[in-house]
Amino acid sequence: MLRFFLRRFAVAVLVALTVLTLAFLLTRVSGDLAISIAGPNATQADVDAIREAYGLNRPLVVQYFDWLGRAVQGDFGQSYFFRDRVANLIAARMPVTVTLGLVGLAIALVVSLPLGILAAVREGTWVDRLVGLVAMIGQAMPSFWLGLVLMIVFGLQLGWVPISGVETWDGYILPGIVLAFSAIPSLTRLTRSGMIEALASDYIRTARAKGLTRLSILVKHGFRNAAIPVVSIAAVQLGFMLGGSIVIETVFALHGVGFLAWESISKNDFPVVQAVVLVLALIYIALTLLADLLNAVLDPRLRTA
Amino acid sequence: MSALLEVADLRVTIGSTAAVRGASLTVNKGETHCLVGESGCGKSITALSVMGLLPRGAVRETTALRFAGEEIGRYGERQMERLRGDRMAMIFQEPMTSLNPAYTVGSQMTEVLRRHRGTPRAQAVDRAAELLARVGITAPGLRLGQYPHQLSGGLRQRVMIAMALMCDPELLIADEPTTALDVTVQAQILRLLAGLQKDLGLGILLITHDLGIVARVADRVSVMYAGEVVESAPTAALFAAPEHPYTRGLLTCVPVPGKAKRDEPLGSIPGVVPRIQPGFAGCGFRDRCAQASAACAGTIPRREASVGHEVLCTLPPRWGGAAAA
Repeated sequence: MLRFFLRRFAVAVLVALTVLTLAFLLTRVSGDLAISIAGPNATQADVDAIREAYGLNRPLVVQYFDWLGRAVQGDFGQSYFFRDRVANLIAARMPVTVTLGLVGLAIALVVSLPLGILAAVREGTWVDRLVGLVAMIGQAMPSFWLGLVLMIVFGLQLGWVPISGVETWDGYILPGIVLAFSAIPSLTRLTRSGMIEALASDYIRTARAKGLTRLSILVKHGFRNAAIPVVSIAAVQLGFMLGGSIVIETVFALHGVGFLAWESISKNDFPVVQAVVLVLALIYIALTLLADLLNAVLDPRLRTA
Repeated sequence: MSALLEVADLRVTIGSTAAVRGASLTVNKGETHCLVGESGCGKSITALSVMGLLPRGAVRETTALRFAGEEIGRYGERQMERLRGDRMAMIFQEPMTSLNPAYTVGSQMTEVLRRHRGTPRAQAVDRAAELLARVGITAPGLRLGQYPHQLSGGLRQRVMIAMALMCDPELLIADEPTTALDVTVQAQILRLLAGLQKDLGLGILLITHDLGIVARVADRVSVMYAGEVVESAPTAALFAAPEHPYTRGLLTCVPVPGKAKRDEPLGSIPGVVPRIQPGFAGCGFRDRCAQASAACAGTIPRREASVGHEVLCTLPPRWGGAAAA
């Protein structure tokens, strides 16, 4: 188990380093940084001064290690637009995005796991087909449109929940639902197919021959094995939710990382954009590692691999 | 000897296939009853019918399905659940895949006892270790903490047997328990089953297509063909005087030391087991039978060739002179 963990951790660190290196290189190949920082009306003297001030006249390797050294300490430099450190900007907005992502994932799991299990148990019946139809409609629905519809119905007409902001906890409900909708179809389908495979297996026949209760057969013996691919995909979906909440944060005016990314892109605030991309990539890597570890807990055969 | 399991006129239909067509058999206490026949003859379906484990869409009918004197044919799923794993247990052909890969051997074994008897964990673990030792597994304490993928096929089948014995069942149904194992392990498993039967007084319904196994362990044999029991007899009688052309055919397929001659080909039965539709009349074997006549398309009489030796065939007793095999 320890060896398994160390190996996965080493791979994760390597991937993270690759991402950091790519992020650095991309900013260097997208043109002369000094010129783009100085702006269109700058003189050559201004550009030289900026090049000197930002250390852009040093060899590329030196710049890389200097940047890397500061990046791993969480220092992403100064925002051009906001009068603040990039790290502070992200840290201030991260809780909103993470909360939203977790709420979204929780809703998605609460809906899709029972639906998937139900569809598998009733495979081939109208229940199964109805679940498939719901999943398909969910997948086909654009999230900004669903967000607006929910806002109008539950926020404006019924007045049950706030339509924007997260001053109170219930502000997370509508955006959480919209975010969950993007993950529900794939999680439901995966749960269904995993359960169908598990329920047809010999060990389920053994469990039935042992006289176990239906609940124990379905959940303890069936779902435990079907959950392995679901965990992997749920981790990827959470990554998507954290990184892909730009649209939803904008629609619901939530000041999270997605909203920050949108603002920064529109204002050419490249240190912020770069840092947001990096942080999200690192979160993604961490989630994948977490999923691997969870799978090793679920499936003992993976631990020796 | 009293009957532990009585199956009378069992019929199972799966979709448009009549998988079992009026099979009857009796397993007495402390007796091994072998069910033999080619693949697709309805042996496993018969066993699953008794356990109430038929696949979805299968329809079962019987005139009687008695277990320890009780009619269980009308039992609901809840009642069958309580019986399975407790008083009747089953082991399967596929030891490699029949254990759940996600749980330890100990967890899967103790689960049965905890479910049926509410035994505390510590006591259930003791019982599991005792049974693992009983089925010839060394270091049972170590094995209890291991996962199925850490065990060989032979060990897994022993675990399956030990697990089946957790609640001291009266009936053990073994569906080709040694087919997937290599020959030396096969012999060990069979010796083990025979020993357990002697010690615990188990009734065993053993499904196999290996007549060598039948000759060694069976008290009584039923030969199944196309969903029917075509011949049923005490083991010695069946091997000495097989009556049904199918039984004789099966026996000529097996080399007998001292009898099979060098350069003389072993027998074989041409053709395959047909898929029988509901409403089929007559003998299911007639298309492959060298002795078939017009009478074989009608109702086939069930005759008694000798005491306890029944045959489903139109041919007269001891046709073609002495036993052909």
